[in-house]
Amino acid sequence: MMNWIFLGLVILGVLAAAVNGKMDTLTKSTFDAAKSAVELAIGLIGIMALWLGMMRVAEEAGLVKALARLVKPIMTRLFPDVPADHPAMGSMLSNIAANLLGLGNSATALGLKAMQDLQSLNEAKETATNAMIIFMAINATAITVIPATVIGLRSSAGSANPTSIIGTTLISCITASIVAVTSAKILEKLKPYRREKSRG
Amino acid sequence: MDSSFGQIVQEVSNWAIPVIFVLILGYGAIRKVKVYEVFVEGAKEGFNVAIRIIPYLVAILVAIGIFRGSGAMDWIIAGLTPILKPLGVPPEVLPMAIIKPLSGSGALGVMSEGLKTYGPDSLIGNTLSTMMGSTETTFYVLAVYFGSVAVRRTRHAVLACLLGDLAGLTMAIFVCNLMFG
Repeated sequence: MMNWIFLGLVILGVLAAAVNGKMDTLTKSTFDAAKSAVELAIGLIGIMALWLGMMRVAEEAGLVKALARLVKPIMTRLFPDVPADHPAMGSMLSNIAANLLGLGNSATALGLKAMQDLQSLNEAKETATNAMIIFMAINATAITVIPATVIGLRSSAGSANPTSIIGTTLISCITASIVAVTSAKILEKLKPYRREKSRG
Repeated sequence: MDSSFGQIVQEVSNWAIPVIFVLILGYGAIRKVKVYEVFVEGAKEGFNVAIRIIPYLVAILVAIGIFRGSGAMDWIIAGLTPILKPLGVPPEVLPMAIIKPLSGSGALGVMSEGLKTYGPDSLIGNTLSTMMGSTETTFYVLAVYFGSVAVRRTRHAVLACLLGDLAGLTMAIFVCNLMFG
């Protein structure tokens, strides 16, 4: 599917730019996008190293396992392919907690740590596992208790009630998460998406 | 903003990370972990993880950049408006629905613009704000997460996440119509 989206965005974009007479700026915005991709990745190095260091200490101290044990019943149901005491459970949980707290970049760093842990269970390294996709579904629809950026923007736009959208945002987030996780659970069993049994 | 509530939120996020650091390092020390050595050992991987993401991020951000810069979005909006308007979807929020999974900064731009044009406390303003917070930038998240472990075959990940986005955005429009309409 990524192939089609990549191709579709580029072809539709270039066609539209040709018709709309926007060819002059297109090349520049393409190169700018490539540059900002690298800047984003480089910008992650520091915070990534920081959290990987912290998480290693937490793992060695047994904190990650203790955290995972707390919500074991939910986690084992969501991720049946991941052993209950595997480090991936702890790191996925820390990512979800960081997302709930709205800790943006730290949540990303912890999420990437979780992906490394999940990859250690993957026998076909270039193909996503069921657990990875469920984890992605949770992250791509991350539930935020307090949408701080949005509240800030509303405040500076002169809103009389900037926090009025907390409830509606929470309902929408939860709906998105439930639908994404449920779809992932259903789709993983369908033929075009199934993994061969031997590869887990 | 209700200032006391805003301050509490601000305080909690100021404290969260430092407190977590103290908890981890303190508990580690109690459990006789050599905190400095172990920290450095773990942190070593940070560079590789970040660098591994680059090709995935270049691919998706370039494609999105071309799409955004081309005006193709106006075509999609023009095509969707006659279908969605009778269903109670205000055409003013369509740009947000399309840009949200693709680009975080783009969505932020659409929202600020919308708040200015329609007012933050209008139905459109509230709906845009809710949509903004209701999902993540799906394609960015997918590229970064799968890129960091060099997974190329993502199976049904994109479809499942986009279905989630669609549900979240639809719900945002629906509850805002109920609450603020």
